[in-house]
Amino acid sequence: MRVEDFLLSPEELCQRRGPNDDIVLSSRVRLARNLDSAPFPGWAKRKAKIEIMERILPEIESLSLFDDGFIESMDALKSQEKQLLVERHLISREHAARGAGSAVVINKEESLCVMVNEEDHLRMQAIRPGFQITEAWEAINGLDDELEERLPYAFSGEFGYLTACPTNVGTAIRVSAMLHLPGLVLAEQVNQVVNSVNKLGLAVRGFYGEGTDTLGHVFQISNQMTLGESEPEIVQRLSKVLSQIIGNEQNAREKLLDDRPETVWNHIGRAYGTLSNAYSISSKETMNLLSLLRLGVELGYFEDLSIHKIDELFIVTQPNHLQQAADGKLASNARDLLRADILRERLASVGRPKPDKNSA
Amino acid sequence: MKNKIPSMLCSSCSTKDATVHWTQVVGSKIHKVDLCEECAKTKGLDDPAGKALAGMLMGIGDEEVDEPALEEVSSEEAICPCCGFTQADFKKNLRFGCSECYDTFAGQLRGMLKTMHRGEQHVGKIPKAFAIQQNVANQLSELEARLEEAIKGEEFEEAARVRDEIRELRAQAQLEAGES
Repeated sequence: MRVEDFLLSPEELCQRRGPNDDIVLSSRVRLARNLDSAPFPGWAKRKAKIEIMERILPEIESLSLFDDGFIESMDALKSQEKQLLVERHLISREHAARGAGSAVVINKEESLCVMVNEEDHLRMQAIRPGFQITEAWEAINGLDDELEERLPYAFSGEFGYLTACPTNVGTAIRVSAMLHLPGLVLAEQVNQVVNSVNKLGLAVRGFYGEGTDTLGHVFQISNQMTLGESEPEIVQRLSKVLSQIIGNEQNAREKLLDDRPETVWNHIGRAYGTLSNAYSISSKETMNLLSLLRLGVELGYFEDLSIHKIDELFIVTQPNHLQQAADGKLASNARDLLRADILRERLASVGRPKPDKNSA
Repeated sequence: MKNKIPSMLCSSCSTKDATVHWTQVVGSKIHKVDLCEECAKTKGLDDPAGKALAGMLMGIGDEEVDEPALEEVSSEEAICPCCGFTQADFKKNLRFGCSECYDTFAGQLRGMLKTMHRGEQHVGKIPKAFAIQQNVANQLSELEARLEEAIKGEEFEEAARVRDEIRELRAQAQLEAGES
């Protein structure tokens, strides 16, 4: 099956909402697991990697959790299909670069995803909309329970689950949330928040994970340390920090509207103006402006626009989603034209923002 | 004409001429290492920044960086018996070769983990099979201690009872292992 035939439509995907999803876009929990006494993917020869993959895939496929799911070897996927999976945050950019001996498995609901032979033999993650890291942990823990009965995991009483990189050893868990923080960015407080989050031993990353820019005021926050703290403790610690950041963002928005409402209206009004009138627009500018539009929707400035419509635009305006829509290879400038066409069309029926001046 | 310096063999590979000479004073002792260029490179001794990084990664503080590196040079380099991975490979990849590497490099690893994580001992989820195994092992060692005590105290009836208990536990464990 082709990736584009399997994936949920952006519309369907964005109908799913979760708690606090004005600020927390999504929650994820990832576990890394390896098979006992088998070379890690980065060190294994091609043949060994294929053997390992062939041991793992049937076991995953046998689980009812993956009924009607997507299962494919990476060398069977076209580069555009892989990039589509990256843009949906289902696989890492590193995994997209892999071929024979690596695979991807996704459940029908797109709430569980397993990368086989990424940096570790198994990288499995559960995804939930909004602030649901506990629910995501429970889901991935359930999948892990099933797999540990079927595959001999590399585990040590002292070091825990053994991973290719010692930075992941122990629980081998990464709990993360994608946060939309336009208020903190506009109030120029986001660096402060990032610094204090770093001091707590948590990592802050950009939209596409490790080593990427922050786009669209979106930040990914996750735990870094995996040894010496249990999974529920890590989930709880992150949960506490996330609650605080949600509070910070809410305060920043309120304070901005009290102190400098025109700044906020200006940003949102200009974002609306550009997005609904441009004839060529880059992916980066689109994300940054859509983020401001999203803020406008959250503040109630748009009568005919909902958050999930904006989230849908976030997805469909990404480069490879445009490629897919155009059914072929578009040059970058052609993509910018198509992106602007889609935005103008989708925003044509949306009236101008109406800030509530009485509340200011 | 220049005086010809008698050539010195590399103390690591003993085949090529040593061109990198490294002297380190630790306390009152002087350590000297003579290496060929190739061995110096693989040991990371050709660039001081690399050496410091390796030391840091292996969890060795600044003041201790040199001594373990010396030990590494003079003694046989550890190689993972399962996958053939060496410490030099780790330095290059910053990833291990297989799960057995954690055993092979446990000594150096502990210091490194201390700098990366909250603790050095795993806390949290344990695979069920491992937990059962551990539980049986704990029970067995407890019973064996009791058996020894009973024999020492010449309580042979008790000893026989404990011995049967051990047998039963072993058989049970074997059965369970066979099932899974």
